Amino acid sequence: MATVKTAWDQVSNNTFKTWLIMFLFSVFVVGVVYILGRGWGLGESGGLGLVGMALIIAGIMNFVSYFWSDKIVLAISGAKLIDQKSNKELYRLVENLCIAAGLPSPKIYILEDSAPNAFATGRDKDHAAICFTTGILEKLNKQELEGVAGHELSHIGNRDTLLMSVVSVLVGTIALLSDWFLRAMWFGGRERDREDRNNGIFLVLALVSAILAPIVATLIQLAISRRREFLADASGVLLTRYPQGLENALLKISRDKEPLEAANRGTAHLYIINPLKGSDSVGWFANLFNTHPPIEQRIKALQEMEGKV
Amino acid sequence: MSPLLIIGAILVFGLLWIIFAYNSLITLRNRVREAWSQIDVQLKRRSSLIPNLVETVKGYAKHEKSVFESVTKARSALMGAKTLSAKAAANDALSGALKSLFAVAEAYPNLKASDNFKELQEELSDTETKVAASRQFYNTNVLDLNNSLESFPTNLIGANFGFQKEEFFKASEEDKKDIQVKF
Repeated sequence: MATVKTAWDQVSNNTFKTWLIMFLFSVFVVGVVYILGRGWGLGESGGLGLVGMALIIAGIMNFVSYFWSDKIVLAISGAKLIDQKSNKELYRLVENLCIAAGLPSPKIYILEDSAPNAFATGRDKDHAAICFTTGILEKLNKQELEGVAGHELSHIGNRDTLLMSVVSVLVGTIALLSDWFLRAMWFGGRERDREDRNNGIFLVLALVSAILAPIVATLIQLAISRRREFLADASGVLLTRYPQGLENALLKISRDKEPLEAANRGTAHLYIINPLKGSDSVGWFANLFNTHPPIEQRIKALQEMEGKV
Repeated sequence: MSPLLIIGAILVFGLLWIIFAYNSLITLRNRVREAWSQIDVQLKRRSSLIPNLVETVKGYAKHEKSVFESVTKARSALMGAKTLSAKAAANDALSGALKSLFAVAEAYPNLKASDNFKELQEELSDTETKVAASRQFYNTNVLDLNNSLESFPTNLIGANFGFQKEEFFKASEEDKKDIQVKF
């Protein structure tokens, strides 16, 4: 990390790490599927059929949340759409950052909540929405708000909804397969007739991975989510060219101890800062389970960019 | 596998790579052009606000003729500018002229209080931000294109198909001298 300095370096570094994790994740998925298949004692065709089925189920479940991501999240949170006339300043701020990012202006929403936070959603740049709480609009000054908007617009520009949906499909597939495997083991059944095909080692391996793989998959998913936060911070700075703005915003938001009522575990990863306050432990183990990197690390990365953009 | 087949495979692969690299350079170049037209849109938007502003200020401060003249001149210089750096310089000159216009406005409380003037002032400062933002986007795209044109091996394609590096949007010193606005 010592060589990571400018915002451009951080963008390429985090993009590279995302793809590295994605590659390892794919290897992991293939490995788990192979072990489960061997442990199950299924032939090639039967195994592939099950994997296909798991992929399709996980795919359909995630496609819904991907395709209507903007509508679902906004309906759950109860945010209100604003237009240019009702909130000129905010509208212009977002519009001007969009020009710098080369993105079409997203729909802008305001959420009635005094906890300062913001999020972006939508399946692509033409269906994107960005949402601010009334708290964040009151508590941050213009530069800080620009920092936050730059971060959120970068999520849109980097197509994070798509990436996280793909990751989610893979996690879902692993979870389904592990679940089916454990049920099949529990209820005995067909695989007993195929005793000749599975050897003991693979059965044990498969049992262990069926229990551990869903957890590991979730941890990888969270690691990718944290990587994308670092990336959005860095690309956001390339838009505003002012790391201090986002830095101060992050400090202000993290010091504010008010929890966001509209957020829950399902939507927490969307926000600029984890909205479920009180879980800010900084231990590396606790960090493994967080959707966002610790504030200190994000601020340190932002400080490295100061004066270099 | 016969050597002929291997050579054939390498040729096909090389050809595919050339097509891919060429197309990506075309995309980058078109993005630069599109970004350039976006700057133009914002610059036009800026120039179109000027006559209205001058008229409004004139209504309150008739005697400040020299300021009006310099703003109008700077505006027509911007509209007449053709090259990239000339436009950048003319835009900077217009900013300077507008600064003196707003300095003059300070002396007229009635003007400062008028809604029309306030709105124009707001609109202008927003347009300036938009010009800056579109410049930034243009420069980002120029950076991407130039990076590709200088990196190996895409630089081979660039050199053979006559791609040229683009310049960043910033005013050069000579162009600044050409456009003189007296305050």
